[in-house]
Amino acid sequence: MTDSTAYARETAGQGAVPGGLPRSAVEPRLLARGSEGFLLFWLMLIAVPFVAPNLYIVSLVNLFLIYLILIASLNLVMGYCGQISLGHAGFFGLGAYASGILNAKLGLSAWLGLPAAALAGALGAFLIGLPALRLKGHYLAMATVGFNAILLVLFNELIPLTGGPNGLLGIGSFEIGGLSLNTDDRVFWVLWAVSLFCILAIANLVDSRMGRSLRALGDAERGAASLGIDTYRQKLVTFTIAGALAGIAGSLYAHVNLYVSPETFSVWNSILLLVMVALGGTGRLWGAVIGAFIIIVVPQSLLDYADYEFLIFGVAMLVVLIAFPGGIAGLFTFLRRWFR
Amino acid sequence: MTGTFVQLLIAGLSIGSIYALVALGFNIVFKCTGAMNFAQGEWVMMGGMITAAFAVSLSSVGLAVVFAVVVVGMIGVLSERLVVWPVRRPNPMILTLITVGLAIVSRSVVMIVLGKLPTGYSGFSSADVVSVGDVVIQTQSLWIIAVALLFLVVMHIFFEYTVPGKALRAISADPEAAALVGIRSSQMLMLAFGLAALAGGIAGAIVTPLTLMTYDQGATLGFKGFSAAMLGGIGNLPGAVIGGLTLGILETFGSYYVSSHFKDAISFAVLLLILFVRPAGMFGKPEIVKA
Repeated sequence: MTDSTAYARETAGQGAVPGGLPRSAVEPRLLARGSEGFLLFWLMLIAVPFVAPNLYIVSLVNLFLIYLILIASLNLVMGYCGQISLGHAGFFGLGAYASGILNAKLGLSAWLGLPAAALAGALGAFLIGLPALRLKGHYLAMATVGFNAILLVLFNELIPLTGGPNGLLGIGSFEIGGLSLNTDDRVFWVLWAVSLFCILAIANLVDSRMGRSLRALGDAERGAASLGIDTYRQKLVTFTIAGALAGIAGSLYAHVNLYVSPETFSVWNSILLLVMVALGGTGRLWGAVIGAFIIIVVPQSLLDYADYEFLIFGVAMLVVLIAFPGGIAGLFTFLRRWFR
Repeated sequence: MTGTFVQLLIAGLSIGSIYALVALGFNIVFKCTGAMNFAQGEWVMMGGMITAAFAVSLSSVGLAVVFAVVVVGMIGVLSERLVVWPVRRPNPMILTLITVGLAIVSRSVVMIVLGKLPTGYSGFSSADVVSVGDVVIQTQSLWIIAVALLFLVVMHIFFEYTVPGKALRAISADPEAAALVGIRSSQMLMLAFGLAALAGGIAGAIVTPLTLMTYDQGATLGFKGFSAAMLGGIGNLPGAVIGGLTLGILETFGSYYVSSHFKDAISFAVLLLILFVRPAGMFGKPEIVKA
């Protein structure tokens, strides 16, 4: 064992003593630390189709789960790479259109659309990250804005493929053994499983060796680099994973909504996702749950004051950033510590 | 043929002057904070919207323009005091996010106060077009080029020959050294935001007679200004001008000779291309992290 691996192990295990490393820090585990809370939450969600008074509530929960994947993956980029991505709705759209077009134009199964969408999202993120993440500073923010804007033009103008501004019609739903999952309570189970898989994957990633180097990277990039972490590569891999997850969310959206149109994937919606990450808590996994909750519930409760929705979001974001940068999830942590 | 060419060139230079002003504003804040200022485009939008709102009641477009530009400049200063100054541990990421929040709030407030309809007002000259031979030129295009040029010259003098201008440059070169010689960085940041807003406000006020303005156009204008800044090399003030003009000309000729459907995609394609090929822009210093 060389000195450097000893050091890495020592920093990896919490309170590890040399020679007496706790097994948990070394042995691979199925679930990351802190996943229990998510498991519990998803177990509780099982009740939704049974207790929801109507299908509309179920459809909102479905949308919540889709946005949860989106916001959690953006949170990965912002909270752990310390980078701002303003093209997340674009990767979302890339997945939605990839999956939707394969299904509606080529008749491919929705189940195949899911990995195809992940691939499309990952490829998009990789291509943008490749030049932009190499630069110091926040060039990724602008590169992703440009990418998203170009995607939106393409969604609108490639009419034979995307249906243009009228949207893409004729997308099929998920099917299991001939049973079409075309109602909100049936498709709920797909969303439940995929979202749980995604959030556990993110939790595992964050808890892995790579996750630790990411956290080091987010806190102090130079420090991380001096410890031998290839910061560029770590950022690129994470950003690509986030793109893949956004693509998966897009595929789910396409096969739940059965219709996609360009405006869902605008830069403005990317900005909105960013707001949700900041409100929920950058770099905190539960922040994504809170952010997804806000993005679904607030517009529902403000139907009569839709014009004020963005003002409220904007002011809330400023207040959070200035007063408690840990977001709402960070506030909970703070309160818990305070009352102890 | 040459008539069309000259017309396109002038149209390109005028829209390019707008991008140059926006890019200049972008650069001023970037140099002082290291943050991408997403509110820059909203100030452009405000310049147009506020001028339009007061053009009738002030019974003079010129007066309304001056009024709007001053108001937008004050909004820039006020914004800095309200949302940037209170940040406890500023770093480029937090500040960039703050400006995103600021942009959302600015846009929403304008929408609520001034409405969602496109607004506009007549150009600065009574005649809309002048023709020289077979070339027809919109007079407002000439006004845009002239006003932008004037502002850029004033900015040049400000940065080169006045004490606050030199102090601002000192802050952006090295904040700690500047603080050591007694420059108050907090005040300078306020000044930077004010100037950036002023540049944006002027751009908005002079472009609106040509393009009309709605509350949601700020983001696009801001991003194109950023593309221009990238093209010239971000943080590079003369680069902003060259970048803006280049982008304006590329966009105008591109939408005429290639396709107007993809007009908006042109500037973003340029942005991505620059990031791929020469991230430092035409005039900037490269700052690539060695992998």
